[in-house]
Amino acid sequence: MNMRIPRAGALPVLVALLAAMPVQAQEMPAGEMADHAHMHHDAVSSAEQASQQAPQQAAQQAAPPPAPSGHAADAIWGAEAMAPSRATLRHEHGGMTTNQIMVDLAEVQFRRGREGYRWEGEGWWGGDIDRLVVKTQGEGRFGGAADAAEAQALYSRATGPYYNLQAGVRQDIGAGPKRTYAVIGLEGLAPYWFETDAAVFLSDKGDVTARLEGWYDQRITQRLILQPRAEVNLAAQNVPDQAVGAGLSNIEAGLRLRYEIAREFAPYVGVSWERKLGRTKRYAQALGEGSGGAAFVIGVRTWF
Amino acid sequence: MKIGGAGMLAACWGGWAARVSAGVPALPQALSGQDIELRVAHRMLRIDGHETHAIGINGGIPGPLLRLREGQDVRLTVVNDLPGEDTSIHWHGLLVPFQMDGVPGISFPGIKAGSRFTYQFPLRQSGTYWYHSHSGLQEQMGHYGPIVIDPAGADPISSDREHVVVLSDHSAMHPHTIFKKLKQQGGYFNYQKQTLAGQIAGRDQKSADRLEWGKMRMDPTDISDVTGSTYRFLINGQTARDNWTGLFRPGERVRLRFVNASAMTIFNVRIPGLSMMVVAADGLPVKPVQVDEFQIANAETYDVIVTPADDRAYGLVAEAIDRSGMAFATLAPRPGMVAVAPPLRARPLATMKDMGMDMAGMDPDMMDMSSMHMGMRDQRNAPALPLGPGVQTISPMPADRTGEPGQGLANAGHKVLVYSDLVALEANPDTRPPGRTIEIHLTGNMERYMWAFDGKKLSEVGEPIPFTAGERVRIVLINDTMMNHPIHLHGHFFELATDKGDHAPRKHTVNVQPGSTVTFDLTADAIGDWAFHCHMLYHMHAGMMRVVSVRPAVSA
Repeated sequence: MNMRIPRAGALPVLVALLAAMPVQAQEMPAGEMADHAHMHHDAVSSAEQASQQAPQQAAQQAAPPPAPSGHAADAIWGAEAMAPSRATLRHEHGGMTTNQIMVDLAEVQFRRGREGYRWEGEGWWGGDIDRLVVKTQGEGRFGGAADAAEAQALYSRATGPYYNLQAGVRQDIGAGPKRTYAVIGLEGLAPYWFETDAAVFLSDKGDVTARLEGWYDQRITQRLILQPRAEVNLAAQNVPDQAVGAGLSNIEAGLRLRYEIAREFAPYVGVSWERKLGRTKRYAQALGEGSGGAAFVIGVRTWF
Repeated sequence: MKIGGAGMLAACWGGWAARVSAGVPALPQALSGQDIELRVAHRMLRIDGHETHAIGINGGIPGPLLRLREGQDVRLTVVNDLPGEDTSIHWHGLLVPFQMDGVPGISFPGIKAGSRFTYQFPLRQSGTYWYHSHSGLQEQMGHYGPIVIDPAGADPISSDREHVVVLSDHSAMHPHTIFKKLKQQGGYFNYQKQTLAGQIAGRDQKSADRLEWGKMRMDPTDISDVTGSTYRFLINGQTARDNWTGLFRPGERVRLRFVNASAMTIFNVRIPGLSMMVVAADGLPVKPVQVDEFQIANAETYDVIVTPADDRAYGLVAEAIDRSGMAFATLAPRPGMVAVAPPLRARPLATMKDMGMDMAGMDPDMMDMSSMHMGMRDQRNAPALPLGPGVQTISPMPADRTGEPGQGLANAGHKVLVYSDLVALEANPDTRPPGRTIEIHLTGNMERYMWAFDGKKLSEVGEPIPFTAGERVRIVLINDTMMNHPIHLHGHFFELATDKGDHAPRKHTVNVQPGSTVTFDLTADAIGDWAFHCHMLYHMHAGMMRVVSVRPAVSA
């Protein structure tokens, strides 16, 4: 394609444009630039002349003109030639989508006598407001299937500057019953820079549970970051086959120190402490499991 | 004069941007005349020993200096040698017919890969300008160059010698990746955040302030979105290590034509040991102002005169506004001399004023707290603004800061140029009072990396901002964010409203300081559709842009 000087279209817009385009750019002699603005005075509307005579303050309420009926460039290059570039312009100035995959926790947990692993992460795809979010988390002992693992697929919508309302489904994929849940949650940044994630789950058996998570990045230096983290799980009723009791079922707290070799790659060490509570604790004891304890963790936080 | 494909690389470091430059007038490498060919192509750029992907024009980064004369016609043929990618050139600050303005989707369809496009227009002005791509994020990759237009008559600004100084930022990271990182993590490039170590060392806010800012989820170290952690700052395409050197003879009046061609960097410019006389802003002459330092926002140009008296090297310092790095060059009487670069100064911290809370400007007697809405996102402070996720804050008390030095320079300890110092040398062509006023809020959300005018991205807006040809309009820009926004209107100069009567400074780009307002008056005299946007490249890419339409008055 070799576009040179405007090819004339018969569009009325062009006629209007040319009619109003006093010699203007094309043939203006040098040195008349300063006079240029005055050349338009003839074209000034009567409304505007009226406003010139009015005092400045009162005059500032003149009505804006109506939106133009067409695109100026269409009259020069043709609407067909302009349409794709106009679509690109809009897309490239705010219309793009992007994505991120964030592995917040990927760690080995050392407890007395048994080593386990844990992961937690999420990915998102979409624009500024609407996104598809996939979350997954789980933990287990080496040599066996994950004790607990889940994946969520959520539609996420920004509801304000800091928070996203999320709704979708969760599927348990670890050992034990393979429950499916409806999920509704709120994820975002709280005052004082606390990251928060709260969700309520309704299982296909009608059980209602909830989870609250929060963490905070305390920068010690630009790359060395201490992250306290807490999680609370609640249940509206007993869920015996999952060994979850009504009320506050367990709490978990962690403290992880990471070093950002790059923003996207930060190895960490830390401690994680968990305690089952109430009836959940009694379920665990009945199953011969511990009711919690501390673990030393080593892992990596990574995203791309 | 035409420069073809062969021999382009030889020309790339030649002339005005050569490592040692005797000055502009002596240079054969500037492109002049009525027919000029510019070839846009990929090239590798070696920066401090590292090869990076870049885009050059006729092989150069910056592209060739276009040295033209007011009153002449020029035909600029742009050849797109980029594989599979459209390109364009916008002539920043030049008053051209709208269809020659070079913005794909507004002025013309763009220039397809493998094709060419001839821009043709008369030159109706003189001064220091520049050109750059308006396609995608090509400007970040080196697609820019300077323009000098000599006046048709005698130059009101006399000098013995002149140099063009193009400031820019370059990253080895692809611009799409930079944008993605910003969307993923707004503070990705900021390695000057507040830390425990910084607090103990006294570099950061005191605990009470830090708590207060934390409560508002505002980071006072968020000065630049993209920083020296990825950027190399360049003068005429060269780093401090390259040591670009502009020659002078002691006692000469040397005119330095500064262009900030950066994608994302505002620079603080000074020459330790020399005071600078600012003689032109955005290409147009101003009454000379003596300064020790000036801040130059993206896309602005300033001409200064320096008169180095001593037979020694002077350092030309262009420090990034967030002090994460600097571009550095040498002015010297002989090649081979190297000036000593000063250390970077301490990074600035944003203040309450940067959040649009100007308590100091209030008259204590008039203070009636009950009628003021001091919340950081109070709809009553901008009733027409849609309060979506893209609007993180609304300045409760934005101040006109055109009389204040730019961010971080309040305590520079010497004279810093402020906008209200600028007085046009010539009387303004149109001194009618504005017929109406338009308020435009500059909005953003630093956590989501969203930027917009009036809370709406270009992608969400169907209609342009309409003007009637010849009408005089006052535009009030209100910065509701804590970042600087250099706002550029295509196809026009506007008069900054800084009480300079009929000698208001005329600009094409004005930086709106954080939490502040800037007012300018505009004669909408260029019929057509024009781009109107923030010249922070990634702010524009995020949607901080509008189309402005100028149409003849409709007769009733």
